[in-house]
Amino acid sequence: MTPNLPLVVLVGVMIAAGVTLVLDRSLTRILIGFVLIGNGVSVLYLVISGPAGSAPIVGLSDDPMSDPLPQAMVLTAIVITLGVTSFGLALAYRAWQLTGHDDVQDDVEDDLIRRRAEKDETSVTFDEADAALPDEEGSDPIVHAQPRNTVTEELSDAQETEG
Amino acid sequence: MNQIVLLPVILPLLGAGLCLVFGRSAFAQRIISIAILAAVVTVSAILLVRADRFGPQTVNVGGWPADIGISLVADRLSALMLLVSTVVTLCVLLYSFGQGIVEFGRDAPLSVFHPTFLVLSAGVSNAFLSADLFNLFVGFEILLVSSYVLITLGGTGARVRSGTIYIVVSMISSVVFLVAIACVYAATGTVNMAALSERIADLPPEVSNLLQLLLLTTFCIKAAVFPLSAWLPDSYPTAPAPVTAVFAGLLTKVGIYAIIRTQTLLFPDNDLRTLLLWAAVFTMVVGILGAVAQSDIKRILSFTLVSHIGYMLFGVAIGSTAGLSGAIFYIAHHITVQTTLFLVAGLIEYRSSTTNLDKLGGLARAAPMLSIMFFVPAMNLAGIPPFSGFLGKLALVEAGVDDHRWLTYVAVAGAIVTSLLTLYAIAKVWNRAFWQPAEDADELGHDSHGGSMHGRSGVSTKTDRTSTWKATDQQRLPLGMVVPTMLLVGCSVALTVVAGPLLAFTTRAAEELQGRESYINAVLGGGG
Repeated sequence: MTPNLPLVVLVGVMIAAGVTLVLDRSLTRILIGFVLIGNGVSVLYLVISGPAGSAPIVGLSDDPMSDPLPQAMVLTAIVITLGVTSFGLALAYRAWQLTGHDDVQDDVEDDLIRRRAEKDETSVTFDEADAALPDEEGSDPIVHAQPRNTVTEELSDAQETEG
Repeated sequence: MNQIVLLPVILPLLGAGLCLVFGRSAFAQRIISIAILAAVVTVSAILLVRADRFGPQTVNVGGWPADIGISLVADRLSALMLLVSTVVTLCVLLYSFGQGIVEFGRDAPLSVFHPTFLVLSAGVSNAFLSADLFNLFVGFEILLVSSYVLITLGGTGARVRSGTIYIVVSMISSVVFLVAIACVYAATGTVNMAALSERIADLPPEVSNLLQLLLLTTFCIKAAVFPLSAWLPDSYPTAPAPVTAVFAGLLTKVGIYAIIRTQTLLFPDNDLRTLLLWAAVFTMVVGILGAVAQSDIKRILSFTLVSHIGYMLFGVAIGSTAGLSGAIFYIAHHITVQTTLFLVAGLIEYRSSTTNLDKLGGLARAAPMLSIMFFVPAMNLAGIPPFSGFLGKLALVEAGVDDHRWLTYVAVAGAIVTSLLTLYAIAKVWNRAFWQPAEDADELGHDSHGGSMHGRSGVSTKTDRTSTWKATDQQRLPLGMVVPTMLLVGCSVALTVVAGPLLAFTTRAAEELQGRESYINAVLGGGG
């Protein structure tokens, strides 16, 4: 099978343009990029289905017929792309409703940890893991916490009897 | 009789339709969902027995021959995955009832939840059973689209934010999958995996390597393998507990399943083993280092999820029967345990209205049952003997040592370090949330908003605690959430009890995968 060169170039251009758009922050642009990539891939299926112009249906003539499988696949792919795109548009609209923009934001918790690392600050969790090993050595922290601890015990006991 | 292979896909879809018809009645939706999933569990169990006894169970949908139509196959691997995943799905469904009653009021759960959940289950089953690449893609899409709905359930700000990342990454991976399928079809003229396994062997090595890389990239994104894993810990934690649990248990494992299937069936003479081993090592180590740095239970669990994907990949990359068997055993173990832990995290969140370790404390005393439910699967995850986590890791490490290459020794070392660091991360959760006295948590927590469970009525703390009233009102966990969690904890312990027969079974499954003939014959040779 010799692939159709203009179509292959078209696939390349569409996917490249799509990737450029997907790298953007705005969800709407990402979606447009996704649609471009999706259409590029659909054209790719056109390429693999062989040369154009053969008869579409099995067994009607002795001439070579066009391969129906890639067409079935690309139809499925188009439907799925359509569904996903509409969901994405709804999501972008919802994000705009909530925040006034549709930019994809950074991971909040990750940011927190990164900022801690930059300030060279150990997290609360880390400190505690070091300091709270009272049972092993009977060291200070637990003694320090003892009086308040009993209050908790009473409280939780009370809660348990309530429950 | 082979027709029952269709049921795990058709029944949930039928159920989803029925649920939409009865959208107004929460009760009817629940009955339908339970009945359907229970039926699917039964069918999966039957399939498992039949696949083990009589070889792969095949059906050609609509009677089309295998290389044109769609075939569904349940061999030992598929049947085991199917059974474990449906049992877990059923338990999570029960759990969501328990939570739904409280979260949305008795008669008003979100009416899309049940249908979407059932469609998700259908997609997972379809992916496990499908014997051709394009149907595998469709299975992936079914489960992904329903997961898009579930992860943004309710459309709150946090869920939209994290859901966006998940959705964009998944969309891109789907497109890569489509390109891979197009290339496979162009090179071989078929997408049926059994036919492919014969034709790919005839391709020039450059072409088959390209196809393998494309497929691996796709599945590695889905399975969250190291360089492609950053999306997972960001997007999972904000979803509702049952949703996160079922995602963590199933979705990444579908990716791993696809890797196992394609690696063993399509590319048995594997040039990329070294690459896979490196990916496995980095997934394990980088993932667990991420977990150590976190201070929120759900995020720690998400990172351990990424990290432990590395173990399964390690088994696949070794490629020996023992390695594959260990990987399959580990998947079964990990689906159960990881789901359980996320459900328990949901219980902790329900009780204390936070999963932030800076704000939790004293749970061991206040909620002994909850502590046990956390402790058992947590130790299981960390690989403490005698639990199945230990046995799975042991099987993988033994397989790695038997391989006698320096890189597998590196991977074995990585696996052991990861196991220890998992224990460290889990111990941190245990110390902070369960053993630490409650007020310490209050003082250490950066802000008091939504604080710890013991901050009630200002007796034990100085700060204003009005925001924690909700937490203290909900001291008792609803039975509907506890029982399914207990059930899953029981399942994970049961895996330990039956570890011997299970490992024998996974070894048979691995032999079947490596033999390849029975699968190829079952698909191409006949079927109903």
